[in-house]
Amino acid sequence: MIALIDSGAGNVASVANVLKDLNAEYILTKREIDICNADKIIFPGVGEASFAVRQLHILNLFNLLRIVKKPMLGICLGMQLMCEKLVEGNSAGLGIFPVSTEIFSKDKVKVPHMGWNKVEIIENQKLFDGINNNEYYYYANSFYVPINEYTIAKSNHGSDFSASIKKDNYYGVQFHPEKSGAAGIKLLKNFIELC
Amino acid sequence: MLTKRIIPCLDVMDGRVVKGTNFINLRDAGSAVELAERYYAEGADELVFLDITASVEKRKTLLNLVIEVADVIRIPFTVGGGITEIGDIEKLLNAGAEKISLNSSIVNNPKLISEASKQFGSQAVVAAIDIKDINGVHKVFIKGGREETKLIGLDWCKEVVDLGAGEILLTSMDKDGTKEGFDLEFLKKLTDSVSVPVIASGGAGNKEHFLKAFSIANVDACLAASLFHYKELEIKELKEYLKNNNVEVRV
Repeated sequence: MIALIDSGAGNVASVANVLKDLNAEYILTKREIDICNADKIIFPGVGEASFAVRQLHILNLFNLLRIVKKPMLGICLGMQLMCEKLVEGNSAGLGIFPVSTEIFSKDKVKVPHMGWNKVEIIENQKLFDGINNNEYYYYANSFYVPINEYTIAKSNHGSDFSASIKKDNYYGVQFHPEKSGAAGIKLLKNFIELC
Repeated sequence: MLTKRIIPCLDVMDGRVVKGTNFINLRDAGSAVELAERYYAEGADELVFLDITASVEKRKTLLNLVIEVADVIRIPFTVGGGITEIGDIEKLLNAGAEKISLNSSIVNNPKLISEASKQFGSQAVVAAIDIKDINGVHKVFIKGGREETKLIGLDWCKEVVDLGAGEILLTSMDKDGTKEGFDLEFLKKLTDSVSVPVIASGGAGNKEHFLKAFSIANVDACLAASLFHYKELEIKELKEYLKNNNVEVRV
């Protein structure tokens, strides 16, 4: 059973639709107990970071998500929230990844970073099993996680940034697999079956 | 590097796709959901749905459309047409739309852009702007092109970006339906002036028009409707052509 965290963000329905395609058992939830009972966690997110952090505190999920030992996949803002510091709204994230998010520079590139971009795999991980290197994924983000020791895939928008990060049981993807056609479905399938 | 995007646009009335010239003379082009499935399979990068249903039931038809489309495609799509309230935006995004497009309502109430982008992020807010050349000045039109406003096209584009719009969908009414090509001159000025992605709309008639919009006007995406609906141009063929002309596309 997968706990799909209903963070009130827009992409929850789209992730749920892919889970249905994959015949994956899931529960759309905001409750601690469901997350405790689940085998895996998917944490989608779009919207504003400080608002999302506040929501986690209100729902009493903040500390739980910091210490869970089951595989957890953060998508887009869900990935950024796993970082230590969020420049968007100047808030403290879950602190799983010891990095701070940054903002794309409007002087150099189009912001938001929106559309399909190549994802270069740096480290072979089960999440990218059977996925071609330099496959295209759909992004919609103004903030990014810089390249760090936990980066397992990268993309470029003016400069390189983390497309995917992994530490222990925590996985993050900056792009939206639920909106990335067959390549995205494959990645979610990998998370469900292999991670 | 981001690829340039090809976006089929579906003008929807009561669940059916319709298309006219210069915003009038509408003709039927099939079921919206079936056409969405076709474009997903053919490699469209995203889709735009504009609901032009003129009934009191509009809210419900728009939401139902989003639910049905989200069920069958796995690429992003934008939905617009008569959205005036934050509550409606929330419902449409939660139902699976990636972005919402705002047009007439933000001319009457610019605060809607800032409120929506604050709550849902600017990446979810597309400002759809219709312009028409009136004695050498590009004026902004609303209500499906029926009503002229006092706004100047380029100024209004900059203003919506300042207010928090994450993308501009620019339709040239002079070019719309003509198949003479996009309004390169205006689009070039626009991409030079704003930091957000720009979608060119109105005038696509052949492959070269897309190439020019990307290479000369430097737009981020091109939108077309009838050209794709009636299979005058296949998306796959278009993308191969662009790729062979050094435009980075997802194939």
